[in-house]
Amino acid sequence: MFFDPMDWGWEAVSRFYFTAKIGGVFVELQQMIIQLQNYWSKHGCVLAQPYDVETGAGTLNPMTFLRSLGPEPWKVAYVEPSRRPADGRYGDNPNRLYQHHQFQVILKPAPADIQEIYLGSLAALGIDSRQHDIRFVEDNWENPTFGAAGLGWEVWVDGMEITQFTYFQQVGGLETNPVSVELTYGLERLALYIQDKENVYDLTWIDQVKYGDIFYQPEYEHSKYTFEISDVHLLFQLFESYEKEAVRALEEELVFPAYDYILKCSHTFNLLDARGAVSVTERTGYIGRVRHLARRCAKAYVKQREKLGFPLLKQGEERSNG
Amino acid sequence: MDKQTFLLEIGCEEIPARFVRDALSQLADRLTSWFQEHRIAFGELKTYATARRLAVLVEEVATQQTDLTEEVRGPAARIAKTPTGEWSKAAAGFARKQGVSVEELQLKEWKGETYVFAKKHLQGQKTAEVLAQSVGEVITQVHFPQTMRWGSDKARFIRPVRWLVCMLGEKVIPIQFAQVTAGNVTNGHRFLGKKRMIPAAELYVDTLREEYVIVEIEERKSMIIRQLQQLEVEQGWLIPVDADLLEEVLFLVEYPTALFGSFEKEFLSLPKEVLITTMREHQRYFPVENAQGELYPHFVTVRNGDTYGLENVAKGNEKVLRARLSDARFFFEEDLKLPIANALETLEKIVFLEELGTMGARVRRIKDIALRLGQLLAWQSDSLQKLERAAEICKFDLATQMVGEFSELEGYMGQIYAEHHQEDPQVAAAVYEHHFPRSAGDRLPQGDIGTLLALADKIDTIAGSFAVGIQPTGSQDPYGLRRRAAGIVQILLQKAWSKIRLIDLITFALDRLEQDDLLQVDRTLVEKDLKQFFIRRMKAVLQEKGTRYDVIEAVLGAVEPEPLLTVKKAEVLMKRTSLEAFKSEVEGFTRAANLAKKAREQSFDRSLLVEEAEQELSQALDEAAERFQEAKSEQDPEQMYQALALMAPHIHFFFDHVMVMVEDPQIRQNRLSLLKEINQLVEQFAAFEYLVFAS
Repeated sequence: MFFDPMDWGWEAVSRFYFTAKIGGVFVELQQMIIQLQNYWSKHGCVLAQPYDVETGAGTLNPMTFLRSLGPEPWKVAYVEPSRRPADGRYGDNPNRLYQHHQFQVILKPAPADIQEIYLGSLAALGIDSRQHDIRFVEDNWENPTFGAAGLGWEVWVDGMEITQFTYFQQVGGLETNPVSVELTYGLERLALYIQDKENVYDLTWIDQVKYGDIFYQPEYEHSKYTFEISDVHLLFQLFESYEKEAVRALEEELVFPAYDYILKCSHTFNLLDARGAVSVTERTGYIGRVRHLARRCAKAYVKQREKLGFPLLKQGEERSNG
Repeated sequence: MDKQTFLLEIGCEEIPARFVRDALSQLADRLTSWFQEHRIAFGELKTYATARRLAVLVEEVATQQTDLTEEVRGPAARIAKTPTGEWSKAAAGFARKQGVSVEELQLKEWKGETYVFAKKHLQGQKTAEVLAQSVGEVITQVHFPQTMRWGSDKARFIRPVRWLVCMLGEKVIPIQFAQVTAGNVTNGHRFLGKKRMIPAAELYVDTLREEYVIVEIEERKSMIIRQLQQLEVEQGWLIPVDADLLEEVLFLVEYPTALFGSFEKEFLSLPKEVLITTMREHQRYFPVENAQGELYPHFVTVRNGDTYGLENVAKGNEKVLRARLSDARFFFEEDLKLPIANALETLEKIVFLEELGTMGARVRRIKDIALRLGQLLAWQSDSLQKLERAAEICKFDLATQMVGEFSELEGYMGQIYAEHHQEDPQVAAAVYEHHFPRSAGDRLPQGDIGTLLALADKIDTIAGSFAVGIQPTGSQDPYGLRRRAAGIVQILLQKAWSKIRLIDLITFALDRLEQDDLLQVDRTLVEKDLKQFFIRRMKAVLQEKGTRYDVIEAVLGAVEPEPLLTVKKAEVLMKRTSLEAFKSEVEGFTRAANLAKKAREQSFDRSLLVEEAEQELSQALDEAAERFQEAKSEQDPEQMYQALALMAPHIHFFFDHVMVMVEDPQIRQNRLSLLKEINQLVEQFAAFEYLVFAS
């Protein structure tokens, strides 16, 4: 044997290992995304793109929130840049970000061998299960604002949480049937692990481009805006206007436009909340208003799809018959 | 072959560790009942489980169901026979229903009348057939506190069921659950093993061992313990084994391999509990100590796998721990910079319970309740001042980043930060201590300030929740109200605190809630419910002490039962139950109590006592009352009882010589009133009518 990994130290071993695994390419963040996209594309997922309205998580992208409702089968994968204004740290914190990136996968219904399929995706990233300690540790997930809840795990690799693995039980206040499985990879965390770095800003995105080169400035500016500059008066007004528009769109039975305005409400509220502009008593009220709209929208979506005769259901049947 | 081994394995995606044991014992119980109900003889039941499987092995299962011979009673002969002596339609119907012919019906005497009887004989079926018909139902009978659906099926279980093994000997019993059909193929360790056919049920454990699954719980547990001990010897460490952590780790791994990692020595400057919580609660690591209980910069974790690539696992875990400890250090340093006053402002923005306002409002309530308690105990003004300060800051650490991140460190961090900000040591200690006891058997607050604060804090949560209509139901107690009430009872059971009456606590708390206009439920109702709630906690205490059931009912039936006195009263009564005189004394009290119910609201008039017996009784009452109050003020239940016992012979004498229900309404009422007054005294001790005597 031409090298003894024990003499090389951890970094060298992992570098060698990952280098060897993926045809000579060091696992840059960009490569990770490509590997995941390829893997899930092979498993029949629609490769969607990040949504163009601010979301707090990949779950809120309509490709998940709306499509996981009703009986139609659905498989999708996409990267979702997720905004959490309250987590902004002016680019100072090595782990917390105003906007982080999730790689989101939805499979509906959840296939019986979903855990094996998921572990295959880790292998595709170069994580050999024999060399590591991979565990499914209980973690149930809930987003009360969007009436969504599920049961599942955090997936740990050597003690590091890299994926949230959830079977949706409820979305928009409606029982899911069939049940979707949601896999959410925290891309920064996963990259910190794979690249053996301590600080997100040191992550390599591609070649000479570091994560910090791309995201440090927006992190700083968004934090400053969120905590110091945002026009609270305007944001309150915007919330009201977005809410009205969402209601108007719902009354016209236009689900997708209504949903966009609900997302805008949610993000606007998050900005206000991070700014400390919402009092304790008001807080519940605002959350309740978004929840109410999200529920209405979820119902409306199912109704619309039913009117259309659940088209994806038929295609699924044709495919399986043909 | 007339006996075989039965195996049922439910293969799941990872079941949360905390549900495994209970589910397994339910499964074993259900299977036991199933075999009994189906008349299938069996030997020993053995249970096995990991995160991915629940299994029960039943040994020596009879291959044939026992035959059943049963006599069933039908209609009476007068209905079953026509006047001409033929079998009637009713009899024919009965025979048909029982699956016998009318010729097989018999007439027999039963309780003085003649009935028709059918003797049924059911031939036992083959066990394999009976199993296939219905043993699958035991799976649906396992209940979890939480269940889920998965895929397209309606079935619910704790986590998705992915395979089933059901076998009798070598034969597959193809039961079904959640679109899965049972076979004889199990799954080995997720990464080390493979799918394997189990040749025969009795080979279950060995087959899995070959596939790197140590399915026997105790075997796996002793493997872990042995590995920890080996590390202790090799490294010269002590690894204190937290039972809860061991239990969790036990159900996180199918094939355990213990390993250790290290972290930078600088982190040892963090408070010990911060390090322990980070390692134990967040990473499931065992901290490592020296003989003096000082932490070493190492940790031990148990991998789900073998030693291959163990270096990687150690390094990966070290990296995660380093990041977590860096976070903790950052929080600690930031928190030390946060003045307590600023933290208190933040409490005004933290909601306690929607209907009960903010943490800030809650702290003000706790302060006022605590101060009233201090005044009740006639504390000096400097103690009251410390109590007031401790109450003001008792929740400030909720606003710190460390507690935000590690909620289990609430209180502990509070004390450390309060000391850092130069608060009085007693005040700082109370910030930590008022959280105790956190569970049954937990330590109690030691300091006076911490104790009063603990009472005020707990009663505010309990009374506040009741006041807005939140009460624990069944197994649901999301706000830990039972635990808190039990904590109050534990504190009041100490002699030093028994002067505080439960009713004082309840009153102070409700007064304060009323002041903030927070009572959504009628005050008298809340008060009644609260008293009942505490009585149930006291009942638990008495039951734990092995007190007789009727004695518990009696002492808890007393007017305003106080914890310590109640426990002592129960001891007095338990002792007296063996004495000859006791039965007669109790009969006296109950005789008085029974008639006392008929009395009107009026006190008795000594000048109307005419008979000698009633005059004597009245005197006995006066004497008893005096001695009773004296004994009560000394909290001496033995003497309290003795005082009551004084009256007993006079009560009997009275009933033997005086007619109570006489014509003259004035005299009648007066005698009833005398009995009522006696009963009021007796009721202060116990509700004696609950006591049961062997006849």
